[in-house]
Amino acid sequence: MIGRRARQIFQAPASHAANGAGSGPETGKTILSVEKLTISFDGFTVLNELDFSMKYGEMRFLIGPNGAGKTTLIDSITGKSKPDRGRIVFDGGTDLTRQQEHRLVRLGIGRKFQTPSIFGSLTVYQNLEVALGFRNRITSLFGGIRSQESDRIMATLEEVALVDRASEVAGSLSHGEKQWLEIGMLLVQEPKLLLMDEPVAGMTRREREKTGELLQSIGSTRSVLVVEHDMEFVRRFAQTVTVLHLGKVLSEGDMETVQRDPEVVRAYLGHGASGNRTVAESSQPRRGTAAGV
Amino acid sequence: MISRLSIPNAVKGLPVPGWLGDVASVWLAPALVLAALMAAPLLLSDFRVALLGKFLTFAILAVSLNLIWGYAGMLSLGHGVFFGLGGYAMAMFLKLESAGGKLPDFMFWSGLTELPFFWAPFQYAWFAIPMTFVVPAALAGGLGYLVFRSRITGVYFALITQALALIVSILFIGQQPYTGGTNGITNYTTIFGYAINSPTTQTVLYYATLATLALTYLLCAWLIASRFGRLLVAMRDDENRVRFSGYNPAALKTIVFALSAGIAGVAGALFTPQVGIISPTMMGIVPSIEIAIWVAVGGRGVLLGAIVGAILVNGAKSGLSESFPAIWQYFLGLLFIGAVLVFPSGIMGLLRVEGWRRPEWLSADRLPRFAARVLPGVKR
Repeated sequence: MIGRRARQIFQAPASHAANGAGSGPETGKTILSVEKLTISFDGFTVLNELDFSMKYGEMRFLIGPNGAGKTTLIDSITGKSKPDRGRIVFDGGTDLTRQQEHRLVRLGIGRKFQTPSIFGSLTVYQNLEVALGFRNRITSLFGGIRSQESDRIMATLEEVALVDRASEVAGSLSHGEKQWLEIGMLLVQEPKLLLMDEPVAGMTRREREKTGELLQSIGSTRSVLVVEHDMEFVRRFAQTVTVLHLGKVLSEGDMETVQRDPEVVRAYLGHGASGNRTVAESSQPRRGTAAGV
Repeated sequence: MISRLSIPNAVKGLPVPGWLGDVASVWLAPALVLAALMAAPLLLSDFRVALLGKFLTFAILAVSLNLIWGYAGMLSLGHGVFFGLGGYAMAMFLKLESAGGKLPDFMFWSGLTELPFFWAPFQYAWFAIPMTFVVPAALAGGLGYLVFRSRITGVYFALITQALALIVSILFIGQQPYTGGTNGITNYTTIFGYAINSPTTQTVLYYATLATLALTYLLCAWLIASRFGRLLVAMRDDENRVRFSGYNPAALKTIVFALSAGIAGVAGALFTPQVGIISPTMMGIVPSIEIAIWVAVGGRGVLLGAIVGAILVNGAKSGLSESFPAIWQYFLGLLFIGAVLVFPSGIMGLLRVEGWRRPEWLSADRLPRFAARVLPGVKR
């Protein structure tokens, strides 16, 4: 036990260098592995034998035209959609497809929704307090908050830059601040894997910039999967990108590689011709390469 | 560093805008109401006190509904059932005591020759009195678990509870030999050996009801101020986020629904000996909806609001029916329309609107400076 620990400590810098991103003793191991996942709604196949995997400490961006199955993939990881076939293995053992949503959170999977999902009539502080209490037994919820819990909440507020807002009612926050609050509610739970569905949707340029920096700092210690439509944002902040198309992985790699992939170009342009807005416009592979990360 | 940051006290309490959120209103306003209710038997006629005692049981009932509707966002339109079950459990005890070992009169008239097995334990107070809480709580817990597990919320939940009110009242009407049918259970003579209709007994019952109301208020106030209370409000705001924060909303809702039903049952148990009868009319759809109206008029999401609403609406009801026997129901109708259109957050909400906020000069740190400016002789 001690020996292993020591080895981990000594090896940590080396694994940092090898992986570039991520930290912690488990870097390099697979945290999430989606195997031949198939989901269909009313006969329409949304995910088609999808294989996908992520490693500890990795920040991955998931892009793809509308209807590619990005949100459905996140839904199935968080238990919101039940797959027809296939498995989702988390943290080296648990099959997620048969678990209830709140149990998945207890396993260490946090999810941010597309539209901010917070408790509007509680204060910012109380929002985090509710989020933090999920591991407590129900009896302890009748007692007061412990001081280390309170410290943890304030530290998280610091991280998402909402300390000044702590005593304000969350419903009165701006759209961007609500998004950060929701991210804070996830962070305070210390999840192993964070799933974010379009975290910068509806944000101003400055807010997007701030969110990107926040994501990078989160991604340095945790595994994060981000679904994003905003290609400029992806180019700026993504290291590894997975492109979904028609329920399958079309391409994977850094942004530059992915954008040069002829399959990807065809998928996006084909989609654009049939009337898709943002993706086709903002992807524009040739110019994109120049502006790439 | 971070741990050195001070957290304002207001952060830790529930956000209640306006001066009613102050400590003064959390303790002072209820204390004033309590003092008035304690003094009432000294000032009012026996008839009025009896009426007020009945209203107090309604106030307990309203507090129980406010707990789940005002805070957790679950509108139950079947709370009359839980009130009624508590009332019936008490009535069974009183009836058996009054029958003095013989078969209760209505059973005899319905052709029963011996006491049904489930009636027998109700002759003991140690069994009957806890049952006034346990039976409604168990029914609500069972029904709640099934409903909440299927993620039935909002209007659909309200409709299911309303159906419950209909089913249970029909069941009680139909089972005349066991429940007294439409007439319900009445004609009690004694309670714990004391004549039930004597003024002293009724005064004791009045104060017992008042004490129960005060305890219920304290219990709910404590619950709401706790982290569990915040969780209830969180469920009202966004149940999905509560689920995706690692809680099982079905379990939380079942717990609070059962607790609320149990409190409603205790209210019913206090109603029966004071009014002298419990009947299926108390459990039907109409009385169940009325409870929601008391809470809406008083102000949901404010504990005291339910109490004020229950007493005022019922007071208005009996006052108006005495003064305007022909048209009193129109006044009541206007009150309800007003509650929805003019003051949707109820009477307590009216006291909280912007214009009514405590002026800034009244705030604790400003007061001395203000006094120095206005009052001669007070030094700065």
